[in-house]
Amino acid sequence: MNMMSEAAVEKALDQKMNTVPFKMIGKDVSVYYGEKRALFDVNLNVRENTVTALIGPSGCGKSTFLRTLNRMNDTIDSCRVTGKITLDDGDIYDPSIDVVELRARVGMVFQKPNPFPKSIYENVTYGPKIHGLARTKADLDQIVETSLQKAGLWNEVKDRLHESGTGLSGGQQQRLCIARAVAVSPEVILMDEPCSALDPIATAKVEELIHELRTNYTIVIVTHSMQQAARVSQRTAMFHLGNLVEENDTDKMFTNPDDQRTQDYIMGRFG
Amino acid sequence: MASSKGKLSALHSLPGYHGVYVAIWAVLPAAFVLAVWLLASPFFIENSVRSALPDTVKSQGAATTELMLGQVMQVANGLKRLSSDELAAVTSGSSNLREALAAKGVPMANAGEPYMVEAAQHYNSLRDGSRWVMSLVVLIIAIAGAVFAIRGISAPFRARNRVERVMLGTLLVASSIAILTTVGIVGSMLSEAIRFFQSVSPSAFFFGTVWDPRFSAAGSGGTEGQFGLLPLLAGTLYIALVAMLFAVPVGLFAAIYMAEYAKPVVRGIAKPLLEILAGIPTIVYGFFALVTVGPFLRDISAQLNGLVTGNYVNFIQAQSVLTAGLVMGIMLIPFVSSLSDDIITQVPRSLRDGSLGLGATRSETIKRVILPAALPGIVGALLLTASRAVGETMIVVLAAGVAARMQLNPFEAMTTVTVKIVNQLTGDLEFNSPQTLVAFALGITLFAITLCLNIYALYIVRKYREQYE
Repeated sequence: MNMMSEAAVEKALDQKMNTVPFKMIGKDVSVYYGEKRALFDVNLNVRENTVTALIGPSGCGKSTFLRTLNRMNDTIDSCRVTGKITLDDGDIYDPSIDVVELRARVGMVFQKPNPFPKSIYENVTYGPKIHGLARTKADLDQIVETSLQKAGLWNEVKDRLHESGTGLSGGQQQRLCIARAVAVSPEVILMDEPCSALDPIATAKVEELIHELRTNYTIVIVTHSMQQAARVSQRTAMFHLGNLVEENDTDKMFTNPDDQRTQDYIMGRFG
Repeated sequence: MASSKGKLSALHSLPGYHGVYVAIWAVLPAAFVLAVWLLASPFFIENSVRSALPDTVKSQGAATTELMLGQVMQVANGLKRLSSDELAAVTSGSSNLREALAAKGVPMANAGEPYMVEAAQHYNSLRDGSRWVMSLVVLIIAIAGAVFAIRGISAPFRARNRVERVMLGTLLVASSIAILTTVGIVGSMLSEAIRFFQSVSPSAFFFGTVWDPRFSAAGSGGTEGQFGLLPLLAGTLYIALVAMLFAVPVGLFAAIYMAEYAKPVVRGIAKPLLEILAGIPTIVYGFFALVTVGPFLRDISAQLNGLVTGNYVNFIQAQSVLTAGLVMGIMLIPFVSSLSDDIITQVPRSLRDGSLGLGATRSETIKRVILPAALPGIVGALLLTASRAVGETMIVVLAAGVAARMQLNPFEAMTTVTVKIVNQLTGDLEFNSPQTLVAFALGITLFAITLCLNIYALYIVRKYREQYE
């Protein structure tokens, strides 16, 4: 019964999707790796407190687009980005913007769980310490607890906070990475195939977590799994060969897409 | 080929492998016999000649016999250069053997006796005969091997696997030669060191604080030197410490720059340049220290002293711990930097991304994530470098001085284990006095130290590797 009502609430939310304001706006975004162009004038907006899924075959540019949203592409020498991306109306590629501050506002979770070879506690406090979010030890303890709780990991690790983060299971490691990202209180969380290295049970937990995080954060997730996109997202964007093919409500996308290529991809005819 | 009816795919192995297989059979057994023959035949021939020597010589003892044998061989070599006329004259006794040989450029210790010519001819005929037979036998074995191999070849024959096994054997032999050599070196050092400890007690060596071996001139027996290891060890470790203090920060920062900041172009130029430093022979560093760094430090210390106290006296000696340490440090920089560079670049990219994705700056990422993750490996690299510093010879020979003393002033000369090994083993030597044998005891001590450092370093590096695999 509970499930039903939750689904109903979801439905209602989804139908109002068009009225939800934009958190990030990408306009004519193109990305070049050296001479090679990886993204062609993508216009994609991300709505507030929404899970936006980016789908498409391998090499279609969805991860590249994701990484432009917190300028992680800057770490690649040959990479060049054109176009305009705004976060709350501020251009994130403006020369005056501080990349470090941007990444604190737009956090990221990676494909492979990558906890630092430190204790669980230190993994979570890493970001807050760098950004000076906590004055006292008590503040830090509080951040660790709430972050781990938000990541659904608190009950599993509360007794061994000072053991190494690399000793956790794959799924726990990934949730630790999510807790680590949440600990800096970002506004947007980018997830690059967060479940591709996890087993189905760990995947289910992370998906559940994404569901819960949505109330406080704007989430953009890249995924190869159509089912996952359908389960966790409210908006879906389909990429193909560096172009944005279609962006729509997830329900519509998976039942009645506008574009033939989306239809083919979802039906498994290519990719 | 014929048995495969012209179809290449019907052969188990490609024709080339069959060829190699035949070649191996033709060459390997023959070469083995050749080697054994070359090693063994001189023994047999010498024995035969020795027994042919007159009894008057044999009765004079083994040493004389060997001496005569040596002369016979020399005569034998000489006889070959004589023309047949001269040879006839020598054998008939009409011409002087010594003069005839001297004319052909073969010197002789004494006039030579008639039996020598006879023995020498005997020797020559044996040797020539042996060579003939050897060539023949080797040739026959080679042909037999080849024939045997060719007869064994057929389409399903697994020549490829056989060749593979021979390759494996060759590689095994090569690696066992390397290992056996090491074992041999350690063995010889040990046996000499044991001889040393028979005349000097180990406790006096390992815990002695005075190094004063006296002279080891022949015939000066009775003078007991003092062989305290501690002053040498102190000097060695002190100089190595100064070198590491200089090399570690510079090398490590260079490695961090190369691995994290440098653009590919810069890296492509700077890294080989840095590694050229590693290729400079240490003797070059040594005279760099001797003629440039040492005098420079001495003069600048005199200037500084003059500015402060008005008394222009240098407080840094030209040959000092500081000079040697500094130059050795320069030598070690490329080792530290290239080893650490490898280790830093091994830290997975995902950790870097994770830290940057949380809004850390590059230097924060390096300080808080990359260096802690790479630390065990870097420590291993530093231990390897330290063992090099301890074993380094040429720089300290030229720059550290020879005064064996225990003191803490880095501006004074000290000496190291390696310097003393060089000192004790150069010049006229007799190899049974403790003065020279101590070099082996020093050598084995040094070897033990560097071996322990290396093993510990490799252990740490390996443990670190497992973490990311």
